[in-house]
Amino acid sequence: MATLAQAERDIVLSVQGLKKNIGGKPIIRNVSFDVFAGEIFGFLGPNGSGKTTTIRMLVDLVKPTAGRILVCGDDIGAHPERALSHVGCIVENPEMYSFMTGWENLEHFARMQRGITRERIAEVVEIVGLDQRIHDKVKTYSLGMRQRLGIAQALLCKPKLLILDEPTNGLDPKGIKELREFIRMLAGTGMSLFISSHLLSEIQLMCDRVAIIAHGEVIAVGEVDALVSQAGSYTVWQVDNPEETRRLFEAQPAVRIVAEEEHRIDETIQSGWQDAIVTVMDEASVSAWVNKLVGAGIGVRSVQRVAPSLEELFLKVTEGETIG
Amino acid sequence: MGNLLALVQNETLKVWKKKRFAVIVLILLILIPVFVYAQMKIAQTNEEQFKGDWRANLQDRISDNTRALSSDRIPEEWKQWRRALVQQLQYYLDHDVNPQTPNAVTFTKQFIDNAVNLFIPLMVLAIASDLVSSERSTGTIKMLLTRPVRRWRILLSKLLTLSLYVSLIIVTTIALCYLISGVIFGYSGWDAPVFVGFQVNGAEVDTANVHAVTQGVYLLMQAGLVWFAAMVVAIIGLMVSVLVRSTAASFVTMMATIIAGTILSAMASSWTNAKYIFNVNLELSSYLRGTPPPIEGMTLGFSLAVLGIWGIGALFVSFFVFTRQDILN
Repeated sequence: MATLAQAERDIVLSVQGLKKNIGGKPIIRNVSFDVFAGEIFGFLGPNGSGKTTTIRMLVDLVKPTAGRILVCGDDIGAHPERALSHVGCIVENPEMYSFMTGWENLEHFARMQRGITRERIAEVVEIVGLDQRIHDKVKTYSLGMRQRLGIAQALLCKPKLLILDEPTNGLDPKGIKELREFIRMLAGTGMSLFISSHLLSEIQLMCDRVAIIAHGEVIAVGEVDALVSQAGSYTVWQVDNPEETRRLFEAQPAVRIVAEEEHRIDETIQSGWQDAIVTVMDEASVSAWVNKLVGAGIGVRSVQRVAPSLEELFLKVTEGETIG
Repeated sequence: MGNLLALVQNETLKVWKKKRFAVIVLILLILIPVFVYAQMKIAQTNEEQFKGDWRANLQDRISDNTRALSSDRIPEEWKQWRRALVQQLQYYLDHDVNPQTPNAVTFTKQFIDNAVNLFIPLMVLAIASDLVSSERSTGTIKMLLTRPVRRWRILLSKLLTLSLYVSLIIVTTIALCYLISGVIFGYSGWDAPVFVGFQVNGAEVDTANVHAVTQGVYLLMQAGLVWFAAMVVAIIGLMVSVLVRSTAASFVTMMATIIAGTILSAMASSWTNAKYIFNVNLELSSYLRGTPPPIEGMTLGFSLAVLGIWGIGALFVSFFVFTRQDILN
């Protein structure tokens, strides 16, 4: 009876109680999560939290101290060649042989698996849009092109699971946007994607579900929206007369003004804020407030909603955990 | 999954595209003419001195060495070596055979003899040292090991590729030597006789088993022995390349070991246990010539066994580490 629901929720990657000690120190303490078919799964954590080590264990570069990893039901420890045949991956940077052309690189990796034809190579080259430069040496490629070539390589075997480790690192905004669209497109074909990042905004833009890792432990797994709304968001005002506005806000108990040292908004987002007022308020009341300020003769230059930083989300999530 | 032949093709292509082999050929093309020129000068001097009479030349060398034997200032080990040499030269003189007929085959024979303990290892290591460590230092190992192929198959394909290139290096060296030196010395000399089977027992050279083979056969025997020594160096180089992350570090480590070997064999005649170290056993072709070994008690069989054991040990370590290690960088 539940077959339809089950088919939709096929588990492509199952990580169970993963632990890893390096040099006697526990780097990964406890990592468990499931990735379902056709979803974009985010893996969020600050640098040094164990993201990359976990990813390396997923693709058999590092052997876990304890725990199991199943890819489409195949145990990666016992049958790495079977489990890896379902997986395409880029771990950290997309490093290819720079002394060969893009095409030669793809041929090289195609030879490592059965059943990858010339046609398939041409097909993936077209998917990633490298047709123009594919016969040039990889050392002449830009980072964005190497990224594409890496993805083309990962797609060769028609994987059920594509693992990308910080894929937007080093890309320009246009490249990031293209990558995001590309990832959505791939997910549309029924492929599962596993994407790590240290930026919450990125995960928010790309992923359906997310696992949050800190200090080698997964502290939360769930829908991205649910987790983010748990942390709340800020409304930031930039107006002509900040002093007057502050007074008006302070008179209303529904609005809370957040002092600069109190919030943890990413500093990159904060640049260009002069005399901005950071508040916590109900989203529905924003337009009424704009009218009110304009009525009081205060020009409103901008109002924006800002998501809390990853750090803040962590605090909220861990707080929630200790309370619950 | 992933058939071995395709993997070997991959590895061979990578070495080829990196132009490692091209560099080796280029070095040979520069060095061999230099040695050919030097050899030609020697031949010219001999010509002037002995008016083409090789017997007089040989007689001269014998009396030179005999004179040195009576000197007190020459250490005992050196005397032993000279005594053996005198006996061999005398043997050639008695049988009316010129050991140094100037032709391309003789030149090749001598070049290989001199190349075995430094030059050939250098060329072999230019490929072996890079094989695994370059994949690690450039990060491509992460792509290589996340494909559905067992790690031992990857390393086996690298080992087979290495054997292929070692063979190719030796064949190319011999071919280039013959072709280049032939321009000056002529391409004959394949059926000139060479004596093999000298057995050095202390100060005496036992000539009971000495028999003549043609230079062609000698060159073949020599090539086989040099191939074996080069393979052992290559396998140990592969092991270091698995253990060390940087190509430069792995190459320097191996070259230092090889050079230490040549120094050791020049001075270790009293430290007899040094004969169990692989790097003093590389000069296998000297057993063919009947040159006294650097350390007493070393024979062809002994050296082959020592090299074989080192090779097997290195293979074991390579496979053990490669299939187990965590790729963290």
